[in-house]
Parts: sequence; C-alpha cells; structure tokens
Amino acid sequence: MALLDVASLEAFYGPTQVLHGLSFSMQEGSITALLGANGAGKTTTLRALCGMVATRGEMRFAGERIDGRATEDVVRRGIAHVPDGRGTFLDLTTEDNLRLGAYSRKGARRKAETAADIERMYGYFPRLRERHRQQAGTLSGGEQQMLAVARALMLRPRLMLLDEPSFGLAPLVVQHIFDIMRTINQQERVSILLVEQNAAMALELADHAYLIETGRIVLSGSSREIRDNDAVRRSYLGY
Amino acid sequence: MSIDDLLAQILSGLATGSIYASVALALVMIYQATHLVNFAQGELAMFSTYLAWSMIDAGMPYWGAFFATVGISFVAGMLIERVIVRPVENSPVLAVVIVFIGLLVILNSLAGWIFTYTIKTFPSPFPSEPVLGQHYVSAHQLGSTAITLAVLLLLYVFFRFSPLGLAMRAAAQNPASSRLVGIRVGWMLALGWGLAAAVGSIAGMMIAPVVFLDPNMMSGILLYAFAAALVGGIDSPGGAVFGGFLVGVLENLVGAAIGSELKLTVALVLIVGVLVVRPSGLFGKVHVTRV
Repeated sequence: MALLDVASLEAFYGPTQVLHGLSFSMQEGSITALLGANGAGKTTTLRALCGMVATRGEMRFAGERIDGRATEDVVRRGIAHVPDGRGTFLDLTTEDNLRLGAYSRKGARRKAETAADIERMYGYFPRLRERHRQQAGTLSGGEQQMLAVARALMLRPRLMLLDEPSFGLAPLVVQHIFDIMRTINQQERVSILLVEQNAAMALELADHAYLIETGRIVLSGSSREIRDNDAVRRSYLGY
Repeated sequence: MSIDDLLAQILSGLATGSIYASVALALVMIYQATHLVNFAQGELAMFSTYLAWSMIDAGMPYWGAFFATVGISFVAGMLIERVIVRPVENSPVLAVVIVFIGLLVILNSLAGWIFTYTIKTFPSPFPSEPVLGQHYVSAHQLGSTAITLAVLLLLYVFFRFSPLGLAMRAAAQNPASSRLVGIRVGWMLALGWGLAAAVGSIAGMMIAPVVFLDPNMMSGILLYAFAAALVGGIDSPGGAVFGGFLVGVLENLVGAAIGSELKLTVALVLIVGVLVVRPSGLFGKVHVTRV
C-alpha cells in the first residue's frame, strides 16, 4: 500500500483553479520530488495535502482519507509540513519554536521526549544550539530553514513535506540541509515529499519524481529516468 | 501637598492602577490574538460582578462566590468567542467592532434590566479598618492589589512556562504555522477570551467595593485601561501592566493637584498624547512595513 495516494486532485484559490486533476502516489520510506516551473502548482499540492486550500478529489495517507480535514488534524496524523517562507515563529526563541513542533505529542513522557528530541535536533544542527535562546526572527535565512526542518521533525512525522528548502540560501547551507534530509530518511525512515525549483539537487536526493505543468502531472518515474528525459534536461536541468 | 499626602496618593494610585492593569491586560490578550480591541471588556467584567453579587446576596460565602464567578466568566468568555465572535471572524474590522459595541450595549442593558440601575454596595473580603496603623492605604486597597498582582504573576507564569501558554502565544502570532504544528488555533482564541473574561471578572469584583456596583461602573475604568494599554503598547502585556500602574498614579496625583473633575480628562489626554507622539506605546513594537 502506498503511504500517500492522491487521485484527481483539484485545488482552488477562490474562483481560480490551480490543480486540474493531479494524481500521484509515494511509497513509505521513499523520497519523492515534485518538479516544475514557477506557478505550476507544486506548493499548492503540498498545501492541498494539509488542508490549507479548497480541494476536490481524493487524498489518502496510510490508507485513510485526509481530504477535507482541518490542517491540525492532518498534521496530527504524522504529516509535517515545512512551508514556503519557513513559517518561523519570529518573536519566539529558537528553542520555543522547536518545543512547538512537539506540541501535538501526547503521553506522560511527553516532556522528557520533547527535551530529548530537542537535543537530537541540536545534534543535526549545532547552529541552532548556539542560538537556542535567541529570538527566531533574528536568525539568518539558512538558520531559519534549519529551524523549520527541525521544528517539523519534532513532530516525529511519518511523512515530511518540504517546500523549496533551497530557496534563497547559499549552496553550502542547502547542501547541509539536503544531507540531513538524507540521514533522516535513511535512519529514521521518514518519507519525504520534496518540492524544488532546483531540479538537479532534488533529483540527486529523491528516488522518484513527478513533473508538474499547469496543475497536471506530465511525467513520472524514477529519478534516473526523469534525469535522462530529454525534455526535462532541456527545460529544467539546463544542459 | 505634604509628603504624607503624596505618598498616600501614590499608594492608592497603585491600588486602582492594579485594576487598570488587569483590564488593560485583558484587552491586550484579545488584541494580540485578533488585532481587535474588545470594547465590551468592561461590560463583561461588570456583568460578572453582578453575578458575584447575586451569589453573595443569596447567601454564598464571599470566596465561594468569587471563584464561582471567575469560573463562570471563563466559560462565558469562551462561549462568546465561539458563538458571537467566530461567525464574524473574517468580516471587515468595522463589522467586528460593531459586534463588540453591540455586545457592550446588550450586556449593559441586560444588567440594568435584571438588576436595575440602582447603585448597590459590593462587599470587600478584607477588613475595613486600616492596616499598618496608618491612613496611607486601606486594607481593601492593599488586598485587591495583592490579588491582582497574584493574577498577573500567574498569567505570566502560564504564558511563559506552560506548553499551552506557549501554544496560545504561537497561535496569536502566526496562526498558519500554528496549525502546521497541530495547534487548534480556534480553541486558543476561545481560551484567550475565557482568560480575558476571567481576569476582567476579578478586576470587577476588586473595584466594585470602591466605585459601587451599577451597570455603568466599568465605563470609566475601561477608558483608563485603554489609556494604560496604549501607553504601554497595545501589543505588549508587560507594557499594559506597567501602563495600568502609571495611569493609576497619574490619575490620582492630577486629581489631588488640580481637582478630581479632571481625573477622566487625564486618561483622554494620555490616549491622544500617546497616539500623537508614540503610537506604538512605551513597550510596543514599532511596525515597519516594506513598500
């Protein structure tokens, strides 16, 4: 059974339709990339999964319908979303941002687990430990992106939705974040659905990819197949 | 004015200031979450005080009535958010303001209708003879200040250190991101209203022995609380509390120096003055917009 199964998804901003019957699926444990040009509907797809836009069509997560559910209910099923713009709580400290990531966690050991996970995140991103008492709004773009990824991981998600993690960041920082994503995928078996404009980097990380054009899937396959596709190479990889 | 008088004025200013501080804090709590000023905050407190009065009148011991009132006010605040404010949440600001003003008028007339406009005395839980063997402060002033300070401290600890308090701050700041970590933003807003109503009810019960109980008892106090919130910065809880004490002392000093007719004018002058000179208040954030 696929971890995520999307069938004939349509999405709307007011009267404007952005997705026109999009279908795709991904396996548990995989890294899947959604590629496409600006305005193709990549971000909207992620937002649709989390109930942040009006949709039609069917979305299933681990076999259960998630379409038409409130964002917080989808999140509580184990889908962590790193939104575009990073969604930092600017006025709160770095550590409070992380703590919020574990907000929906239940159980008596919640406090201890949260503390342990914050330590784990500092292990992945030592920069965040240095800044743990600093107001998150004063962090650099790269640090805020690390914080966004770490905050999402604090949910202990089964699936992580990553929206343009490379946006506006220095290549070294991007490389660091992508390395961490790979580690998380391999060691913690977190599945990742990645939206990227940087197709070359995305295909390097992902094992599967879908190409979206004007709200439809126009191509799908393994990363290797996509990379070897002439049209993709010309339009998105630029060689 | 002798030093003794001055000291007395300042101390009693701090006592009323603590009331302004808590009403101002209630205003700020709702402002932070919704960016709206709840004009009905004072009437909510007034209605709660009537509730306490009825219970005490019916023979309940003071503290029983006190805690019951706080609890009922909390639930009522949440209900008001869920039932009355929620449907207009996404309406234009003016529509919401009209709803608040409607709430103000309804609560005011409802209180008048149920309890009549006759001024009632409201008991103080504190002894009536002055403490410290002096005329500086009455036991009620001292006691009510202690209670409001305790409430403010509790709120601070709650917002600063509890996961729920953190979630409420997060929901007020960034609703979209809050949903993405699983926070039920709608409930956080309702909770904020509940807390604001509960804090307001305590302020009402603490000031009623001084100003007496009638449906209009909070109108002046709400004005001072507005001034306090604006002086401190409408988006700064600490600023609102500071502003409350400042306004209380200023009001008293001006009243003593140039006559009590001008007391309310002080609040209005402060409001206009702050808006002209420093619109974001002493501790408020200055909002910069990129154009």
